[in-house]
Amino acid sequence: MGDDAVTGTITLEVARYRPERESEPTLQRFEVPCRKDWVVLDALNHIKDRLDGSLSYRWSCRMGICGSCGMMVNGEPKLTCATFLSACAPGPVRVEPLRFFPVVRDLVVELTDFLAKIGSVKPWIVRRDEKPAGGGEFLQTPLEVDEYKPYSMCINCMLCYAACPVYGLDPGFVGPAAIALAQRYNLDSRDRGKSERMEILSQHEGIWGCTFVGECSQVCPKNVDPAGAIQRYKVAAVTDWFRSFLPWGPR
Amino acid sequence: MAAPLHTEFHPRWYRRRVSTWWWLGSWPYLRFILRELSSVFVAYAVAILAWQLWAIARGPDAFAAVLQALRSPGLLALSGVSLLFVLFHAVTWFAAGPRALVLRLGGRRVPEAWIAAAGYAAWAGASAIVAWIVLGE
Repeated sequence: MGDDAVTGTITLEVARYRPERESEPTLQRFEVPCRKDWVVLDALNHIKDRLDGSLSYRWSCRMGICGSCGMMVNGEPKLTCATFLSACAPGPVRVEPLRFFPVVRDLVVELTDFLAKIGSVKPWIVRRDEKPAGGGEFLQTPLEVDEYKPYSMCINCMLCYAACPVYGLDPGFVGPAAIALAQRYNLDSRDRGKSERMEILSQHEGIWGCTFVGECSQVCPKNVDPAGAIQRYKVAAVTDWFRSFLPWGPR
Repeated sequence: MAAPLHTEFHPRWYRRRVSTWWWLGSWPYLRFILRELSSVFVAYAVAILAWQLWAIARGPDAFAAVLQALRSPGLLALSGVSLLFVLFHAVTWFAAGPRALVLRLGGRRVPEAWIAAAGYAAWAGASAIVAWIVLGE
């Protein structure tokens, strides 16, 4: 790539938090080249390589698959590998850690709570009976796959949590990605764990904590629509509750 | 000696408190709060309707007195604001409905736009019936 792709420089205002030195985050300004094909993550890597090697942030694949580089860019939750600098011109571009999460250092947030929530919804196929390996696959039709496929696209980037004021106000809320993931398995024709997940998610801090702000679906880089998943879950919970009164209904 | 502010394995995390005014900073959040607030005006509209029905049951004079009261500038302004909020509530409701409702025809999921269109059609139909009852004397 030649220098002709550079269209001047752009200022990044990067949140710094060094717990051994600061009691709260501050902003540090950096001038970086504004190349047409650079994303915000490229600018952060430029800072780390050339300007200040102490800057801390997470990234891995730089192609929207790993879900590591989610940050607040100009106040919006974004994958920094998918946000072009040129789209933020003329700047300055403010880069901060994902909102509503505790900050460990600079742009790195604490993940333990999120990971525990993902695990709490039993994100695996629950079976009542297992057939022997020789019995063959559990076959699915294309329509059955279509049913859960959109919810299986989640990359755990946590942008939806950073967009969810309910999670910000009540950190106990299970949250959009975990509920969408539960729905991914509920809608899988091979799964039998729906009622087990309902026991977890019908609590107040499960689906009923959601007030349908809807921003989780707007910021999702994979079009998972967690807000839609949660509303569908609510309808299913109410339907199941009414059916439980029927003599032939579920017990 | 004062306890250290952080240790190697228990770093001192920074937690930012969420402001009470978190919803003022962005239009999607403000729109959400307005949508929630619109429920108050829906309740107001229902209360006014119940008041009118109560007056009808008590005779023409009572109903005329209620209509007279509703013509006061304060209540007229309140009714105008309520109308805007109730319309906003209806539009957001029809936009939200298809997200929660999954219907199938012949094994295929009915497109969300169709469900929203059916909602608007039902709204228009119900409004037409009300208009026919009120105006078609």
